[in-house]
Amino acid sequence: MTLTVTMTLNGESVSAEVEGRTLLVQLIRDHFRLTGTHVGCDTSQCGACVVHMNGQSVKSCTVLAAQADGAEVSTIESLAENGELHPMQQAFKDNHGLQCGFCTPGMVMSALDLVANNPDPGEAEIRDWLEGNLCRCTGYHNIVKSIAAGAQAMRS
Amino acid sequence: MDTGIGAAVTRKEDFRFLTGQGNYTDDIARPGQAHAVFVRSVVAHANLRSVDTEAASAMPGVVAVFTGDDLEGVGGVPCGFAPDGGPMNEPPRPVLAQGKVRFVGDMVAMVIAETLEQARDAAEAVDVDYNEIPAVVSMEAAQAEGAPTLHDLDDNSCFSWGIGDAEATDAAFARADHVTTLELVNNRKCPNAIEPRAAIGEYDSAHDSYTLYTTSQNPHVIRLLMGAFVLGIPEHKLRVVSPDVGGGFGSKIPHYPEEIAVTWAGKQVGRPVKWTAERTESFLSDTHGRDHITRVELACTSDGEFLGLRVHTQANMGAYLSTFGPLIPTYLYGTLLAGLYTTPAIRCDVVGVFTNTAPVDAERGAGRPEATFLLERVVETAARELGIDPVELRRRNFIPADALPYQTPVIVQYDSGNYEGVLDRAAEAADYAGFARRREEARSRGRLRGIGFAGYIEACGMAPSNIAGIIGARAGLFEAAQVRVHPTGSVSVYTGSHSHGQGHETTFAQIVSDRLGIPFENVDVVHGDTDQIPFGMGTYGSRSLAVGGSAICKALDKIIAKGKKIAAHALEAGESDIDFESGEFRVRGTDKSVGFGDIALSAYVPHNYPLEELEPGLDEGAFYDPANFTFPAGCHICEVEVDPETGTTQIVNWNAVDDFGKIVNPMIVDGQVHGGIAHGVGQAMLENCAYDEESGQLLSGSLTDYCIPRADDLPSFHIETTETPCPHNPLGVKGCGEAGAIAAPAALINAITDAIGVAHVDMPATPEKVWAALQSAQGE
Amino acid sequence: MYEFNYRRASSVSDAVASSGQSDDASYLAGGMTLIPVLKFRLASPSDIIDLAGLGELKGIRTENGAVVVGAMTTHAEVAGSSEVRQPIPALADLAESIGDPQVRNRGTIGGSIANADPAADYPAAVVGLGATVHTNSRTIGADDFFTDMFETALEPGELVTAVSFPVPDRAAYMKFPNPASRYAIVGVMVSQSGEEVRVAVTGAGGSVFRVPEMEQALAVNFAPEAVAGISVSADGLNEDIHASPEYRAHLVTVMARRAVAAAG
Repeated sequence: MTLTVTMTLNGESVSAEVEGRTLLVQLIRDHFRLTGTHVGCDTSQCGACVVHMNGQSVKSCTVLAAQADGAEVSTIESLAENGELHPMQQAFKDNHGLQCGFCTPGMVMSALDLVANNPDPGEAEIRDWLEGNLCRCTGYHNIVKSIAAGAQAMRS
Repeated sequence: MDTGIGAAVTRKEDFRFLTGQGNYTDDIARPGQAHAVFVRSVVAHANLRSVDTEAASAMPGVVAVFTGDDLEGVGGVPCGFAPDGGPMNEPPRPVLAQGKVRFVGDMVAMVIAETLEQARDAAEAVDVDYNEIPAVVSMEAAQAEGAPTLHDLDDNSCFSWGIGDAEATDAAFARADHVTTLELVNNRKCPNAIEPRAAIGEYDSAHDSYTLYTTSQNPHVIRLLMGAFVLGIPEHKLRVVSPDVGGGFGSKIPHYPEEIAVTWAGKQVGRPVKWTAERTESFLSDTHGRDHITRVELACTSDGEFLGLRVHTQANMGAYLSTFGPLIPTYLYGTLLAGLYTTPAIRCDVVGVFTNTAPVDAERGAGRPEATFLLERVVETAARELGIDPVELRRRNFIPADALPYQTPVIVQYDSGNYEGVLDRAAEAADYAGFARRREEARSRGRLRGIGFAGYIEACGMAPSNIAGIIGARAGLFEAAQVRVHPTGSVSVYTGSHSHGQGHETTFAQIVSDRLGIPFENVDVVHGDTDQIPFGMGTYGSRSLAVGGSAICKALDKIIAKGKKIAAHALEAGESDIDFESGEFRVRGTDKSVGFGDIALSAYVPHNYPLEELEPGLDEGAFYDPANFTFPAGCHICEVEVDPETGTTQIVNWNAVDDFGKIVNPMIVDGQVHGGIAHGVGQAMLENCAYDEESGQLLSGSLTDYCIPRADDLPSFHIETTETPCPHNPLGVKGCGEAGAIAAPAALINAITDAIGVAHVDMPATPEKVWAALQSAQGE
Repeated sequence: MYEFNYRRASSVSDAVASSGQSDDASYLAGGMTLIPVLKFRLASPSDIIDLAGLGELKGIRTENGAVVVGAMTTHAEVAGSSEVRQPIPALADLAESIGDPQVRNRGTIGGSIANADPAADYPAAVVGLGATVHTNSRTIGADDFFTDMFETALEPGELVTAVSFPVPDRAAYMKFPNPASRYAIVGVMVSQSGEEVRVAVTGAGGSVFRVPEMEQALAVNFAPEAVAGISVSADGLNEDIHASPEYRAHLVTVMARRAVAAAG
């Protein structure tokens, strides 16, 4: 059975034919070829696939494409404008908050949802929030610094 | 802004990663590609009665189904190392099972379909009839009398290897006042790079050539192994591309059967064949790390002088030999057992054992964490048994700074270092003097506070090729670089090192910018493509800067030397009178000079040029073969608080002082240390690759069962560096990628055992193990 | 995943009717458990009926002194709701402790309790707070709802619509998480409402269970020391690579004592 899914993806109205079993991340990556959203696991732990759906961070590997019908979805590709990094992206660069880069899009999207909920998060709050995002490179030290700096930049 | 050597330059590669424009293997969609799914053994040990693919072949969208029979004549997966000193059993490893499976996850069949879901649907329809054989999962079971054998061998032993003077060691023990003994398990880990492995194989009939895109730390090594030893494809017909790779940690060094299968199948089906592992598949089929059982004995005098060290280790090889499997528990392990100490007599014996588990190979640190763990655990334990402060005991036995270079009794010669200086600085940073007060304060809150030390030394920058050959490596271990100066003075650097998070595009550009005196922005670093890079041995063992960076330096030397010839002609001076500094060629003692950019242009527009004696162009390659390993060292100090009611351990302080020689980019170095510590903490507290002892099923086969550290498991770290330059490479650099993973487990277990007052807790020191240790300590 | 038919229900009655007409339907709430199960091909429903559009199942209201949480209310909504946190902070805290932020943004109370994972947190809230489960056809008392591992009193096709939590005098939830999954190895909800004390344990056994001996002791003296000496038997408790039955039994006592202390 195929369905038509229509959504606003990074500000543009798009639609696609999908199977019922198609995942949102498959739609984003394989159909729309936005490959910044990654798949790192199959049990919803790693958070490499985090995107925003209707303003909230979600794991796009655990959402059916069909569930996103009518939704507003934004991915890592939506953040930088005219080659200028978003303040959170810039903070990750300035603080060496990424190494291999694979978990990074999910980290940044997750961090932005944190800041939306808590504009001035402390270290413990950041570490707690990152429960759904795994990084194997950085030991999180610089990710935590990056998010604190990104939040500060977004406040000012 | 300073972008030269020593500057904390932000990374060139970050923009593409932060904007979702990285190009990882699974991001690649080749025109017409089909999707492969592997049917993997669901049992640990069985003869295959049959593999029926008929139903699967008839499923919608199926392009082809292959089994081991189809691959008859295709070579097996080769092993790249056999330790000297005795025979090694090296049974074949077929790409797809031929009559027998030997671990859960062993590949039985390959299903290729139009879509991934169709391939998965059809893979379920492949009917495998297993005739099960009892599995041997533990090394004890594998070595038991009459144990079922995995291979056509008399037993399950792979090799028996030793290093050091056994007689001298026995003599040292005979005159010891005190012997400290520990039985240790070095737990099996799953590397778990967040990017799962992936591969795309493609055949171009027009040119009779193949391309493999793969998540590898060393694409040239894959080309060599697969081309020469498996598929019989000459190098000029085989291109291997490792694009952006999402972490490796050793698991992306080996040559894997999936790489062979997709490359071979790409030609069979006449279209690109793509495979991407699911995480569950990664757990089953990525190489694992560690998995040792060790008995260690340290002989001392009553005042703590180390007299001898004796080590017996059983090392699990898994079901087959992975590319560097036998190297890890032999030469990357036994050679580091002197540690930072003057222990005069050392003997280490290792047996490698086959079991019905996934193959074991390098995992961050590879052999050196195992060596450091046993050594620093036994030293700390000896200090407690002898009633000597652990810092003091280490001081009494350190190799003094003025004794370097230092020949150890286990082959290697340390190049440079100041081990006592590192420990002193770390103890000061950790406020060791104030620890007793902190312990008391914690006690008032019902928490048990402990402190643990780990000094370490590691051998990085593998390796002088002649030595590598003597000890059993089937390859050289140099590195290659090409520095291509373009006509307008910008530079492309082609390196055989491979970056999968280490930031080479930045660090290497800093070196070039610094040496040539040109803007950092004018340098780009290219890696990961055998068609672009002259050659390469890849990135592992903290070798990229020490070996790959040195190769770049050698090529830069040639660029500068040629530049001087061109400049001498332009400036009408003798070549020996030309100095090169800050991007200017200058006639010594005059104000006559010419810039690097002008020389570059002149090399490509050679109008005023010594054409009779010099070729045009400014493009130089170099191979660098290191004179020795480099020997970074350091000291990590961990402080924990244990909740005695639950056994939960919280890391409250982490102080590290590391000596990596000269540092090119301190920001990147700090990041490498942070990540290494996280790996070590994971091993010591959280991570355990567990198989069911009877069935051989992987019990920790997903991230809901296998625990890799999260942000809230770790503290922020206080790290510093000291610097004794490496005396034998042009940059004076050592290596930093594995240090944290090497030092952390011993520091953490030393801290936990200190906190709860027990002799030992096995890794991972889970809350239950810590709680149980407390219970039994209280019961005594 | 196996292929299935996907449709969005337009109302509760439409959802139930669709389920009745299907060979083997599954309701899809937040999907935080169902979708991973489907991905692993551990279930093969013919139809997936998405409840996302059912506004009637969403939201939190106070009714007859109880906090009524609609079945499609997410964990994040419960954790962030002053209508929950003010009267029953233990319930908001419990919701906050589930999974990770992204799971809490999608996962729902109805989905969680209908799935009845033995290590899930919400069963401890339902039983520990003496809640009532409302379905499309009836109400089910907390003590009757969870019947076994992944088993509930729900009939085929029956749909949870809301959970009604009476406001206790005091309550607290203490959780010892699995380090990898962050589900509960042991989670204990303790509540006192007048004379009635409830101690509900999740994670330790095949299904959430109460500890009568602790409840009786706390009814006499609601203080941490009242439960410090009471332990549950390790027999029949869960065993996995993270915790033995004996350790779980020990943790039940520790978490119960801490929950009582936190309830104040």
